[in-house]
Amino acid sequence: MKTAPVSPTEGSRDPGLHAMVEHPEVGNVVLAARAVEKTYPNGTQALEEVSLDIRRGEFVSLLGPSGCGKSTLLKMFAGLEQPSSGTIRLSEQSSVARERSIAMVFQEATLMPWTSVAENVRLPLELAGMPRRESQARIDEALELVGLAQFAKCYPRELSGGMQMRASIARALVVRPSVLLMDEPFGALDEFTRNRLDGDLHDLWEQRGFTVVFVTHSIYEAVFLSSRVVVMAARPGRVIADVPIDAPAHRDDGYRVSPPFIDRCRILSEHLVRANHGARQV
Amino acid sequence: MSRLLENPSTRILAPLALGIVFLAVWQAICVALAVPVYLVPKPTAIAETLRDDWPLLWSSLLITLKITFLAFALAVVLGVAAAFLFVQSRLMEVSLFPYAIILQVTPIVAIAPLIIIWVKNPTFAMVICATLVALFPIISNTILGLRSVNPSLLNLFRLNSATRWQVLRRLRVPSALPYFFGGLRISSGLALIGAVVAEFVAGTGGTSSGLAYQILQAGFQLNIPRLFAALALITLAGIVLFSAMAALSKWALGGWHESEMN
Repeated sequence: MKTAPVSPTEGSRDPGLHAMVEHPEVGNVVLAARAVEKTYPNGTQALEEVSLDIRRGEFVSLLGPSGCGKSTLLKMFAGLEQPSSGTIRLSEQSSVARERSIAMVFQEATLMPWTSVAENVRLPLELAGMPRRESQARIDEALELVGLAQFAKCYPRELSGGMQMRASIARALVVRPSVLLMDEPFGALDEFTRNRLDGDLHDLWEQRGFTVVFVTHSIYEAVFLSSRVVVMAARPGRVIADVPIDAPAHRDDGYRVSPPFIDRCRILSEHLVRANHGARQV
Repeated sequence: MSRLLENPSTRILAPLALGIVFLAVWQAICVALAVPVYLVPKPTAIAETLRDDWPLLWSSLLITLKITFLAFALAVVLGVAAAFLFVQSRLMEVSLFPYAIILQVTPIVAIAPLIIIWVKNPTFAMVICATLVALFPIISNTILGLRSVNPSLLNLFRLNSATRWQVLRRLRVPSALPYFFGGLRISSGLALIGAVVAEFVAGTGGTSSGLAYQILQAGFQLNIPRLFAALALITLAGIVLFSAMAALSKWALGGWHESEMN
C-alpha cells in the first residue's frame, strides 16, 4: 500500500519558518523575505535573491553601501514596493484591532509643515479613524517617550533636525507598532545628535520590546544598536553576511569604546571591504 | 541701507516717495513746456477731474469692480474644481488640459463680441469674458500644488492605509495652498483686466457703464484728464486687489510656509 507524501511537500516549502518553531526561545518570524528580487524597468537589478527572516523582538540592521538595495528591501517590508519575484510575508501579530503592526520612519523627518508637532503625531491615529478624545493620551505618551512633551504645540520648522526626527519617531510609536521600520533615520544629523538618538532609540527598544529593522550605512551605528546585522553589497544588491551582535543588552557610551564593540566593527568592516573589493573587479 | 529695509513702513513709504517724485517731475515738465491738456494733462488737472467727476467715476468704478469680483470668484470656483478633476486621473488631465490652454491663449478681445451676442444679460456676458481671462492661472497653479506632495509623506499616508479622500484633504490640499495663493495673486489682476476689456468690447452706455466705458467716452470727447482719472482708478483698484491677495496669503501661510516668513 502506498502512502501519498502530502505533508512533506507542504512542510518543505518553507524551511526557514519551519525551523523557527523548533526554537521557541527566539521570537516567531514576523517578517520574511523569500528569494526576493527587484529589477527596475531600466534593467537595474536592485536586489538579487534575498532571503531573510526577522524575528519578534530583534533589532536587525541592514548595513551596506549606497545602491545595495537595503532601502528597497525595507520599503518592501512596509508594502510600499512590490518584489519583481519572490515573496514578502508579514505575520499579523496584533491582537488589538486598532493597533497597527507596522510603522515606518523615513530618511527625513517628513513632518507636515503646516501643523503642530502634536497634530503630526496624531496623523496615523486620525487616519485610522480614532476620535480626538481617545488619541490625546496616546500622543502625550509618544511625545513623552521621545522627550518632546514640551514641544507639542511647536511647528516642525521651530525644531532642530534632531528634534524633528524625534517627532517623526513619536509619530511612528503612537500606533504602538509591533514592527518599526527605519530608513537611515539619523543619516542627516551630526554625529553627537546621532549618538544621542541612537542611545535613546536603543533604550526605547529595550523598554517597549518591538521589532526594529534599521537601514544604515554606518558600521558604528549598526553595532551599537543591533542584536543582528545583515551586511549587504551592491551591484547587484545582495546579502553577504548575517552577523549576530550578542554584546551586552544594556548599551551606553562606555560600550562604544569597549573591545567587543571594536571587535564587531572590525568584523563588519571586513565583510564590507571584501564585498566592495569584489565589486571593484567588475 | 539694510536697516532701512527692515523697517516695515519702508515698504509703503519708499514706493510712495518715488510716486510723488514722478508726479512732481511730470507736473514740472507739463508746466515748463506748456503741454496742452488734450495731449498730457498735469497731475493736478487729473486730481481736479477726480474730484469734480467723482460721482460719475465712483459709480463706474463700482460697476467694474462688481464684474471683477464676480469673475474672480467664478474663476476660483471653476479653476479649483477643474484642478481637482484633473488630478483625479492622468487620462483626464491629458485629455482636458490642452483645452484649458486653448482657453488661455484665445485672445479675449476676439471672442468677447461672440459672448456678448450669445449672452443676453450684458453683466453676465462681461463676467464670462473676465472669468475666461482669470481662470487659467488658478487651474495650472492648483494642479501644480496638488501634485507637489512630499513623496515620503505620501508613503506615510499609504502605509497607514489612508483613503483617497484623506490623502486629498490632509495632504494634497495643504501642500497645494502656497501654489494656489500664487495663482490667486495673478488671477485677481487678470480678472480686473478681463473686466475692463469686456467693457471696452461691450461698450454698454447708460447707467450701467464701467470705467472702461468712461475711458472710451473721454477719448471720443478728448476729455483727456477724465481718461487719465479713470485709468488711475483702475490702476489703484489693481494694486488694492493684489495687496488684498498678498495679505490673504500671508494670513493663511504665515505660520509655516517659507514664502511668507519674516
